[in-house]
Amino acid sequence: MAEYNLRTPVSEEEVRKLSIGDIVYLTGTVYTLRDAGHKRALELIARGEKLPVDFRGMAIYHMGPIVKKKDGEWEIVSAGPTTSTRIEAYEYDFIEKSGVRIIIGKGGMGKRTAEACKKFGAVYTIFTGGAGALGAKAIQRITGVHWLDLGVPEAIWVMEVKEFGPLFVIIDSKGNNYYEQIKEKVEQNLKEAYAKLKL
Amino acid sequence: MVGASISPQEFEEKIKQATIKLLMAAAVYLPRDVKNALEEAYKKEKGELQKKMLRAILDNLEIAEKEKRPLCQDTGAILFYVKVGEKFPYMGSLPRILREATAKATELIPLRPNVVDVITGKNTGNNVGNYLPWIDWEVVPNSDEAEITVMLKGGGSEAVSMMKVLTPAEGLEGALKAAIDTAFDAGPRTCPPNIIALGIGATGEIAVKMAKRGLLRPVGERHPDPKIAEIEKKLLDAVNSLGWGVHGTGSGPTALDVHIEIAERHPATYAISVMVFCWAARRATMKITADGKVTYPSHSFLEEEV
Repeated sequence: MAEYNLRTPVSEEEVRKLSIGDIVYLTGTVYTLRDAGHKRALELIARGEKLPVDFRGMAIYHMGPIVKKKDGEWEIVSAGPTTSTRIEAYEYDFIEKSGVRIIIGKGGMGKRTAEACKKFGAVYTIFTGGAGALGAKAIQRITGVHWLDLGVPEAIWVMEVKEFGPLFVIIDSKGNNYYEQIKEKVEQNLKEAYAKLKL
Repeated sequence: MVGASISPQEFEEKIKQATIKLLMAAAVYLPRDVKNALEEAYKKEKGELQKKMLRAILDNLEIAEKEKRPLCQDTGAILFYVKVGEKFPYMGSLPRILREATAKATELIPLRPNVVDVITGKNTGNNVGNYLPWIDWEVVPNSDEAEITVMLKGGGSEAVSMMKVLTPAEGLEGALKAAIDTAFDAGPRTCPPNIIALGIGATGEIAVKMAKRGLLRPVGERHPDPKIAEIEKKLLDAVNSLGWGVHGTGSGPTALDVHIEIAERHPATYAISVMVFCWAARRATMKITADGKVTYPSHSFLEEEV
C-alpha cells in the first residue's frame, strides 16, 4: 500500500505505476461526470462534435454536488461520490475516446472498465462514500460548469482540488480489480452465512 | 413562551420553520446511535485501509457539524413519517407546510434538488413534486400532538431495495435468505456498514412499510418480542460473516445492525421486503404540542437555539 500525491494532468506512466490498494491524494482540475454526462459526451463524440472540456490526462469524479451561489459565484457545499456501477455501461468507451486517466467514484466498476484501464492506461479509485463534507473541503473553487440543463447533479462541474483524498485504487492498469478479489472471498463466505441461519 | 393566543398564521409559520430545522438536523448531524456504532467500528478496526476509511467517515461528520454542511451530498428522497394526534389543530395544513418547508430548506441549507420527472427527466429544482416529499401518515387517537420524523434516503442504498411475495412454504427461511442475498448482492454499492431491515406482512406494501419502520429504529435497539430479537441477532451475525466490510473492502462490519418488523400475513402469502440504509443513515424527529412547543427528541441539543 503506497501513497501518492498526483497533479492533473497525469501521464500514462504515472498512472501505470499505481496498484490496487494504493492511496492517492489528487491536486489540480477534476471534472464531475455522471450517467447523463457520459451519455451526452459519447453522443457528441460519435457525431464528431467537440466536448466542452478536454479530458486528456484528467480525472473525472462520479459525483453530483450540492451547490450554492454566493455573490454570483458557485460554491460546492457537499461533494461525495455516487455509485459508479450505473456508469459501467459507458466507461469503456469514455476512457478510450476521452483520454481520461483517473476515475473517482464509489461502489466499484466491472470487467469492461477494468479492460479499458489496462488497455488505455487509467485507474478507477474510490473516495469514501457518503463523505460529502470531507470531499467539499478539498475543493478550492469551481472554475466552470457545463450542461446545467441536465440538472445540478448531472452537469459537468469544473473543480480545482487540493490534496483530494484519500482515494483508494480499486482497479489498476494491470488488470487487477480489488473488489473482484473481495467478491471471491465473500462468495465462499455465503455458504457459511446460510449455515449460521440453518438455511 | 407560546400561549394559546398564537394566531393560526403564526402557528403554521412556526411549524414551517421547525421543519426546516428538522431537515437541517437530519442532513448535518448523524443520529447519536449511528455515530456511536461508527466510532465503535473505528476503534475495533485492524485493517489499515478500512481504518483510514472509517477515519474519513468520522472526520466527515466532524466537518459537517462544524460547518453545518450536509454530511453527504445525496440528501436523498425526503420522506416524512407523521404521527398526528386526532386533535392536533393543524393536521390539514401539514402537507402544504411540509412541502413549503422542503422547498425553503432546499434553498437555505442547501439540499441537493433530487426530484426528477419520470417521463422528461427534468429536475424540479426544489425537491418538491408529485408525491415528493413523501408523507406517511399515522393518526393517533386521543392526542393533540404531532410527531414528525424525516428520513433522507440516498439513492445508492435504496437501489437494492427488494419486495417479493413468497409462498408460506418458503416462509421465514426464505425471508432470511433474501436478507442475506440482498447484502451479498449489494456489496460495496450501498456505502456499508449498513443498517438492514427485513419487513414481513400480508401484502407487498405492508412488507415495505414494515421494512422502512425497521430502518427508523435506532441502531442497537432490539425488537420487543424476544423471539424476533433473537432472530435479529443471528441475522446480523450471518450478514457480517459475509465479510464485505467497510465500503466492501473485506474488513470491518458489513452491517451496523439488522432490524426485523412484522405484521400478520394472509393464509396464502408471505410478503417480504428488504431495505438497506447507508452508514449515512440520516433521520431526525420533532414533536409539536397543540400550543406550539417544539422539541427534537433525536437532536435535543438543537432545542437551545431557535
